[in-house]
Amino acid sequence: MQGSAIQISGLTKNFGGVRAVDTLSFSVEPGVVTGFLGPNGAGKTTTLRMLLGLVEADAGTATIGGHKYVDIERPASTVGAALEAASFHPGRTALDHLRVHAPLVGVSDKTCGEVLDHVGLGAAADRKVGGFSLGMRQRLGLATTLLGDPGVLVLDEPANGLDPEGIVWLRGFLRHLAHDEGRTVLVSSHVLGEVQATVDNVVVIAGGRLVHESPLEELVAMAASKVKVVTPDADGFVRLAQERGWEFETVSGGLTVMGASPAEVGAAAHAEHLEIHGLAGEGMGLEEVFLRLTDPRRGEEAA
Amino acid sequence: MKATLKSEWRKVTTTKLWWVLALVMFAYMAFLGAVLGFSFVQSPEQASASAGGGGGMSGLEAAQATYTIGASLGYVFPLIAGALAMTGEFRHQTITPSLLFQPKRSVLLGAKLLVNLAMGLLYGIVGTLGAIAGGAPLLGTIGEGLYLGNGEVLGNIFFSVIALAIWAVIGVGLGTFLPNQVAAIVVILAFTQFVEPILRVGLAAGGDAADIAALSDAAKFLPGAAAEALAGTSFYAASGLDLLARWAGALVLVGYAAGFALIGRFTTLRKDVT
Ligand SMILES: Nc1ncnc2c1ncn2[C@@H]1O[C@H](COP(=O)(O)OP(=O)(O)OP(=O)(O)O)[C@@H](O)[C@H]1O
Ligand SMILES: [Mg+2]
Repeated sequence: MQGSAIQISGLTKNFGGVRAVDTLSFSVEPGVVTGFLGPNGAGKTTTLRMLLGLVEADAGTATIGGHKYVDIERPASTVGAALEAASFHPGRTALDHLRVHAPLVGVSDKTCGEVLDHVGLGAAADRKVGGFSLGMRQRLGLATTLLGDPGVLVLDEPANGLDPEGIVWLRGFLRHLAHDEGRTVLVSSHVLGEVQATVDNVVVIAGGRLVHESPLEELVAMAASKVKVVTPDADGFVRLAQERGWEFETVSGGLTVMGASPAEVGAAAHAEHLEIHGLAGEGMGLEEVFLRLTDPRRGEEAA
Repeated sequence: MKATLKSEWRKVTTTKLWWVLALVMFAYMAFLGAVLGFSFVQSPEQASASAGGGGGMSGLEAAQATYTIGASLGYVFPLIAGALAMTGEFRHQTITPSLLFQPKRSVLLGAKLLVNLAMGLLYGIVGTLGAIAGGAPLLGTIGEGLYLGNGEVLGNIFFSVIALAIWAVIGVGLGTFLPNQVAAIVVILAFTQFVEPILRVGLAAGGDAADIAALSDAAKFLPGAAAEALAGTSFYAASGLDLLARWAGALVLVGYAAGFALIGRFTTLRKDVT
């Protein structure tokens, strides 16, 4: 099951005066899990709804395997998407919820039951969705996306409401779908930590704009490159950091350098004959990197 | 289209709304049938007089009015069922998965209209059976028979069922045009129980009094009047209200259904689904 690539280019959407998505471009490849990250209101859901033909873009395109969602024959067999945990009729059973959509992907009632087993809802198949917990709804949403056995999965905040066990299960499941089965998996979240152990690539947006797109390792590398220097010669190090183009902050007893590894800082100090009393790599933590990337003030500085 | 029809059919049949509504409709129509039958049995002259008219009502007319009471007073059931078929999608946000599985919005709407036409037939049959079950035993005691073998009465019953089915389609159109469920229900109840009856009587009386034919004519084009024209008998007929010809009534009723559906298609169903 080889998935198709998702291509977003120049996508823009205004809601009245609010620019929800702003000339956004990125791509999502098959065979890996891509995290689509951004704080609340960043425009994730709006982007996904445009990709799925539910919201009309003001400008730009969003395609799956080169086609717009609405132009795909039997789209739910190509793309499985779950957008909200609450999109169920409370009076319908879990199985009937799948049976309602089954004709449009050409699957039998038996398959509906199997898909429910697959997401761990087999025992609740004949229960009404109205009595479901948030986590159970998430699982049912996931079952809905899997119904047509699609090569592309688009999941909006699928970990919301899942218990730790559920999150671990989802992680393994999504990685299996992408790595072992070659599907395209796009997962949105507003917390990096939630998907950190799941995703291979990250696309970070803030204020509707792309702020970062890379493999997760690059983000990890950015996180690791924060070095605390203890030195009597702070001025010397400030000069050094400026020469090398490293970001820095002066702190009591020395300074903190960002954008270089402890080894790089040590070697540079040695070459410049600067006195060092202490040198320590201080992992920023991915969450901190994420916060810096999506900090609204960042855009103003750049502008 | 076939798959979409099947999907829509399952949407209706997998919740209990349809049979609860059908059951209530049957009971209500049986009650109204019995009340009407009883009033004819008690005093045919008085019954027709209290309905507003002067002349006495024959056993045939009594049977016609009783058996088609659904088209006159029961159409709110298929109308609400049809409207809820669409407003429910917005209320429970199931419109999102619905459009993911069928992104062609006209196809989705078309399938919903057709499936609810079928459901409307069911409401029509159930409601009419209720009216017959409630009214026939009493009418039988007048001595003129039930008229259930009478060709004209059977025709009225048939077209009354058709009218009720079209009401369900009007409901889908109205629900598409007014996707807010509470608003749709309020409008339906206000219009069917209050606005239209008053308008029909008021327009006709006003038109006659002021001798403005256009006013009285306008009353005939109200959807409830058109449905009675299609059924071929009127609960209000005894009060001297005119009806369109059967074919014209059918056209007007279908026109309402198509009109609402089209407006809904180009308003609600053209908007972003967020
Ligand atoms: N239907 C709408 N009408 C008006 N504004 C909207 C609408 N939908 C979204 N917005 C606005 O667009 C922006 C992006 O919203 P969106 O739901 O896409 O963010 P998100 O990244 O999914 O956030 P969250 O993490 O909270 O789910 C927000 O400012 C939001 O207020
Ligand atoms: Mg969102």
